[in-house]
Amino acid sequence: MQRVRIQKTATAGVALAAVAVLAACSSSGSGSGSSSSSPKASSSSSAAAAKLSGTLNASGSTFQTTFQQAAIQAFKAEQPGLTVNYGGGGSGKGRTDLSSGVVNFAGSDSPIPAKEASNFKGKTILYFPVVIGPIALSYNLSGVSNLKLDGPTIAKIFQGEIKTWSDPAIKALNPSAKLPSTAITVARRSDSSGTTQNFSQFLVDAAPGVWKLGTSSTINWPSGTRGGSGNGGVDSIVKSTPGAIGYVDFSDAKASNLSMASVKNQSGAFIAPSASAASAAASQATVKSDLTFSAIWAPGASSYPVTYQSWDLVNAAQSSSTTTANLKGYLGYLLGDGQKLLPELNYAPLPANIDKMAIAQLSKIGSGAAAAPSSASS
Amino acid sequence: MPASALTERRPFGDRLFQILALAAGLLVLAILILIAITTSQQSASWFSSQGLSGIFSATWNPSANKFGPMGFVYGTAISSLIAIIIAVPLSLGIALLLTEVVPRRWSRPIVYLVDLLAVVPSVVWGLWGILVLAPWLQKIYTSIGSGVKGVPVIGSLFGPPVSGASFFTAGLILAFMITPIITSLSREVIATVPAIDREGAYALGATRWEMIRGAVWPHSQSGIVGSILLGLGRAMGETIAAALVIGSSVQVTSHLFAPGDSMPAVIANEFGEASGTFRAGLIGLGVLLFLLTIIINVVARGVVARSTRRSRGA
Repeated sequence: MQRVRIQKTATAGVALAAVAVLAACSSSGSGSGSSSSSPKASSSSSAAAAKLSGTLNASGSTFQTTFQQAAIQAFKAEQPGLTVNYGGGGSGKGRTDLSSGVVNFAGSDSPIPAKEASNFKGKTILYFPVVIGPIALSYNLSGVSNLKLDGPTIAKIFQGEIKTWSDPAIKALNPSAKLPSTAITVARRSDSSGTTQNFSQFLVDAAPGVWKLGTSSTINWPSGTRGGSGNGGVDSIVKSTPGAIGYVDFSDAKASNLSMASVKNQSGAFIAPSASAASAAASQATVKSDLTFSAIWAPGASSYPVTYQSWDLVNAAQSSSTTTANLKGYLGYLLGDGQKLLPELNYAPLPANIDKMAIAQLSKIGSGAAAAPSSASS
Repeated sequence: MPASALTERRPFGDRLFQILALAAGLLVLAILILIAITTSQQSASWFSSQGLSGIFSATWNPSANKFGPMGFVYGTAISSLIAIIIAVPLSLGIALLLTEVVPRRWSRPIVYLVDLLAVVPSVVWGLWGILVLAPWLQKIYTSIGSGVKGVPVIGSLFGPPVSGASFFTAGLILAFMITPIITSLSREVIATVPAIDREGAYALGATRWEMIRGAVWPHSQSGIVGSILLGLGRAMGETIAAALVIGSSVQVTSHLFAPGDSMPAVIANEFGEASGTFRAGLIGLGVLLFLLTIIINVVARGVVARSTRRSRGA
């Protein structure tokens, strides 16, 4: 009898282990090696608001990763009891993880798309904008230091319609530059990315009628273009190929010392990518009541038009008061002192108006689904 | 300790061992079945939304919500085919060298080196491919491309490249990766050829090549085919090395120096930002790949099993 029972328990145990392994596989391990997946289990005691303890797990936007890692380190000095794991993996993965309850918050470079709305049915999701960043058009042309481009020209270059640097369309924008007749090599991402999504969104907005490839995290690029993996991959193609042009997150372009083009904005000015020009763009964006906005192609004379933003997404309803306190503490840090880390990392801080709105929204975490009808997008 | 305790303990240990071994065996089966169920479930919306014509299309355009997998199936097939064409003569050459040509004391270190090739991580192959091999190949592709310009058939196969990343580069890297597998499996098959067969062939006045053709080949033929199929399965499923060197451009073209894309590569590249039907489509590609590699593996095992049965009977 006893043996039979042992056998049964053992089999059940194995089955459970199998399920656990699979669950871990399907959530594709945030790579953070977090010891506690359930936020509840990590709360050893419901400490006072000042002293936070436990674990916050997050995944999503790789655009945020550098910032999150720097912020996590700096935050550790203030709150040694709270462990934050940010796993990256991409915005899509972050949103999937949030909807399935694997993570406490998710980084996303775009608001929840309509296609995914059903995953979040009955839940109120709060958007906390945390970081702004320009996308640079980096190029490799010796002797041309201040290239100027506008939306339609960029669209034609990336669609393969403008094939050489001496094309009249580029010449018209750069009358004084000595443009060589070198063939243009287009460098783009081989992996799907929020950078691609936002860059193509810029082309949709700034080159209506010219840009025909739509906007998505993956674009069906012409076959003559060259794909690089990650910002680094595009960087290295541009760096090693005379005549190449590619779109790269500003922080990466800056780190690898690439020349960057100035891009014509809505009011007709050519603006070079910089943290301050990106903040200027974000401050001109129309912010909805749920704090979603788009800094792409924002108005304003000093706005850099290819500027994008990233949010941290949080469920308004939280089952544990410890997690609520932890989320408020960490996100509060990201929106407060954390913003000071951004310029050094070559990201742009949030403009004051948006930052203030986001900080005010912190109080809605843990308020449950019943409250806050304002979070429905207008 | 009384003797009865000893006899009591042993069966329990045996019993425990049996349970653990059985559980381990069942676990493999359970994982496989659960993977099959979850992936087909999660890709169901892709199959239903694209329709039959969508499933057989090569248009993969997420911004237009079109997810036809055939461009990737084609890329996987072409790159694996190139890999097999390069790897098979190479591997068989090494295997015959080891078994028939060099003396035993020399074959040991060569075997060791070939096996060492198998433990190079695939990401290292991929990085070496894209950073070292591709820029170098680009020059070769360019000169071949301009050399064969205008020649029918060959001209359209080997036209000038976009960059060093292409179907052919991926095939080449995959060939290096599967060479150790095919080599060591076929070497083992060739080693089972009875010495009496070889000596018989030599006794009849056969040269070494005639002996290989007459005695070794008929005996090990199907085992070698099996090892090639196992290598093919590996080449088809190889992800990160292919993702780095294939060029990530969905197209069906006869042009081997053009950038392409393969099933595992696109899953690795695009999964992070995918959602909705896009995500389901990528998982669907995984299901397709799973099916294809299962078929290849089943066929390979069948062929190998038949060959060992025959050699035992001989």
